[in-house]
Amino acid sequence: MNYFETDLTQLHDQLVNKEISSVELTQATLANIKKTETNVNAFITVNDDAALAQAKAVDDKGIDATNLFSGIPIAIKDNILTKDILTTAGSKMLSNFKPVFDATATEKLYGQDAIMIGKTNMDEFAMGSTTETSYFNATKNAWDYTKVPGGSSGGSASAVASGEVLAALGTDTGGSIRQPAAFNGIVGLKPTYGRVSRWGLIAFGSSLDQIGQFTRTVRDNAAVLNIIAGHDQRDQTSSQREVPDYTANLTGDIKGMKIALPKEYLGEGISKEVKETILNAAKQFEAMGATVEEVSLPHSKYGVAAYYIIASSEASSNLQRFDGIRYGYRAKDAKNLNDLYVKSRTEGFGDEVKRRIMLGTFSLSAGSYDAFFKKAAQVRTLIVQDFQRVFEKYDLIMGPTTPTVAFNLGAKVEDPAEMYMNDVLTIPVNFAGLPGMSINAGFSEGLPVGMHLIAKHFDEASIYKAAYAFEQATQLFKQIPQVGGQK
Amino acid sequence: MNFETTIGLEVHVEMKTNSKAFSPSPVEYGAAPNANTNVIDWGYPGVLPQANKGAIEFGMRAALALHATVAPSTHWDRKNYFYPDNPKAYQITENQQPIGQNGYLEIEVDGQTKRIGIRELHVEEDAGKNTHNPNGYSYVDLNRQGTPLIEIVSEADITSPDEAYAYLEALRQTIQFTGISDVKMEEGSMRVDANLSVRPIGQKEFGVKTELKNLNSFNYVRKGLEFEAKRQVQVLMAGGAIQQETRRYDEATGTTILMRVKEGAEDYRYFPEPDLAPLVISDEWVKEVQATLPEGAPARRKRYVNELGIEEYDAKVITQTLEMSDFFDATVKEGADAKRTANYLMGDVNAYMNDKKLELLETKLTPAHLAGMIKLIEDGTISTKQAKKVFKAIMEGQEPVAYVEANGLKQLSDPAVLQPIINEILDNNPQSIEDFKNGKDRAVGFLIGAIMKQTKGQANPIVVNQLLMTSLNAR
Repeated sequence: MNYFETDLTQLHDQLVNKEISSVELTQATLANIKKTETNVNAFITVNDDAALAQAKAVDDKGIDATNLFSGIPIAIKDNILTKDILTTAGSKMLSNFKPVFDATATEKLYGQDAIMIGKTNMDEFAMGSTTETSYFNATKNAWDYTKVPGGSSGGSASAVASGEVLAALGTDTGGSIRQPAAFNGIVGLKPTYGRVSRWGLIAFGSSLDQIGQFTRTVRDNAAVLNIIAGHDQRDQTSSQREVPDYTANLTGDIKGMKIALPKEYLGEGISKEVKETILNAAKQFEAMGATVEEVSLPHSKYGVAAYYIIASSEASSNLQRFDGIRYGYRAKDAKNLNDLYVKSRTEGFGDEVKRRIMLGTFSLSAGSYDAFFKKAAQVRTLIVQDFQRVFEKYDLIMGPTTPTVAFNLGAKVEDPAEMYMNDVLTIPVNFAGLPGMSINAGFSEGLPVGMHLIAKHFDEASIYKAAYAFEQATQLFKQIPQVGGQK
Repeated sequence: MNFETTIGLEVHVEMKTNSKAFSPSPVEYGAAPNANTNVIDWGYPGVLPQANKGAIEFGMRAALALHATVAPSTHWDRKNYFYPDNPKAYQITENQQPIGQNGYLEIEVDGQTKRIGIRELHVEEDAGKNTHNPNGYSYVDLNRQGTPLIEIVSEADITSPDEAYAYLEALRQTIQFTGISDVKMEEGSMRVDANLSVRPIGQKEFGVKTELKNLNSFNYVRKGLEFEAKRQVQVLMAGGAIQQETRRYDEATGTTILMRVKEGAEDYRYFPEPDLAPLVISDEWVKEVQATLPEGAPARRKRYVNELGIEEYDAKVITQTLEMSDFFDATVKEGADAKRTANYLMGDVNAYMNDKKLELLETKLTPAHLAGMIKLIEDGTISTKQAKKVFKAIMEGQEPVAYVEANGLKQLSDPAVLQPIINEILDNNPQSIEDFKNGKDRAVGFLIGAIMKQTKGQANPIVVNQLLMTSLNAR
């Protein structure tokens, strides 16, 4: 079975009413994944036997009628640790790595008796915008197999959009949830930095990384966040704030909501179709009783440059632990310790990862720290202040998630600078640690256009409120890709 | 040409918090290799540091004890380098904002007191330990990985190896009295790196310095610095130049040996640790920590001399270690005479420790037992001679009052019992009375001997003497 025409609540009811068992659901899911994967390649690991065993245990125990996730298959991005299950981060470096513990997010899903159906493909160590830097081959866009699915969480996005799963976890450092959600026409949320514990997430840019989730509908998305959010003493950057019920205020009523539309988000480099779609969405919001006004985020344009310095600097430090000694890939025939380090890292990392390690190492070096890392940190502060000013007057910021719709596989692989511009609209949100969502706002030449919704720190509820109203008004989520029948 | 020496010392002290600086693993010396480790200490993918508040508070204690200013806010930094004992390939430290700055320590050399500046104190984590086996393999033990350290950097105020020695002694004592560390060089909980340069007297600029490592005792520090000062002078006198280098002290030959020449500063690519929030240290917090700071050695010495009437020298000996000083305080608190307590600790107890090669707290002696014995001496229940037996017993863990009771060691002090015995002996020895009247003092000794014999040595000699003299004069 696929998940195109159902949602969490419906499936849960079927499980509770014993119309289907968790084992049957899991079997059907696995069968569909097997069929779909030949085209999509959204998974690095499909967890067949273990998932079935887990489903059986849930059936034996009985579906918990008070728990939406009981017995429901969910996918997890492959940079989030799953105990005893291959966790590669899309890299040859970890192509043999089975962790000894679960990430907090994994633990929480298991705690709800969700079925861990598999680990999704991703750009190597989450560095990329197309999932093409994965050691395990590129994932395809659910709407057109010749297009990229976005990245780095392209596997999770495509798995949900292709109907392989109902929900999948992803991670977002500069747009890695929102951009693939946009390219695949689904709902992807990057929560506020600190909302979801990073314990067990293989670090890329620690001050920016955040775990989030992909779903087909807004309500399902809020339901997943209800589960994975919350303080964790193992992540001292995680927030102690109480977790509200994010599904509570999905009324469709957004009268009086004040929405800002930054002019920079519709400027140079944004395709005409994307711009039109977003302006239409703005009209939709106004029609529902919200106000939409133009504002300015003047420092956004420096975001990409500053991001590739800060994220790469942190990555250059975070990825030093992959040295071929304690876990992961180890080169053969090393002559001495240094040789072992150099060979293992030379052979274990791909080009994009090496590029960022070099960029970050350079940016932190004694002679360039002030001109690069420090400067970038100052830019970050200015971007944070831009947002603060806007949020003094507005509840929400809207704009496009990406400058264009999904492009051809291989189109930008040779041009990193152009590739990096993909994240121009999403990066500032990571810098400020704000919550941001991409939701489908329409189509351009048969490919989805993502709308970006940004709220104040820990105000995911406002995003969900607006997104739900938009989704219900437009019913865009009911459009499904012609799987297998690509145009 | 005459030269003067400039020395700066960097001391790393391991702090004995219950758990590590950034992980819940226990801190413990001597555990089986890698027993006290978890995924954080392994630098496992997906782990995050968990800052231990206790490590920062211990760092604050050290800063306060060394009169340093505690930073109102600080943050952690990463120091990046590859080495097998450093599994995540960075050390979490305080590079930009040390916990303490501008402190000082007073030392005494040749009766002169001198103030040595403390430039800064950083809290950081220790690395693991590599051992190289002759079988060709190297082994990594991560038990020490993540143990909190405080790095104490002196100003270049030290001008001789003797001053360096005195500084280390004073520092060890000061740190020990804060209760944050055992400060044992032999267990590696105190480690010293020394920088030394020489310059012709009168020259303004410092000479080029060399760094000394492998200094495993204070004595080796002194010897290594003495050798290094001489070596540098010789090189300069011969027209040579000192190069910036790291040298190792060789215990066997008493010389220093070149390890590596420093070519420019190493680039550790420091940057703020993104996994840990910056720390704000409020005045209230500093005050709280200050309140937990145990009384330091100088204050205790002053108290012992002024309030307890202990000799200056004795007070110094007792405050040599925190254990001894605490033991002394506890014994006096149990009601023992302070002077007698000091004498026992410095004398018999110390001799016992040396003989058995035990630390004070490893013996079975308790302050209550020592105080109990001293009180028995003070109130005349036992003689100092009998006390020797009692001392042996309390060192074996026995309760002194019970022991005296059980072994009949009680001194006879009751005049009502002693007087009839004295009368009887005087009656039986008229010649001795005669001798006494004729001024022969020996007679008294003879009579006391007879009384002691009669009482099987249990008579209180002071009381006997008193009663005997009164009786003799009355006859």
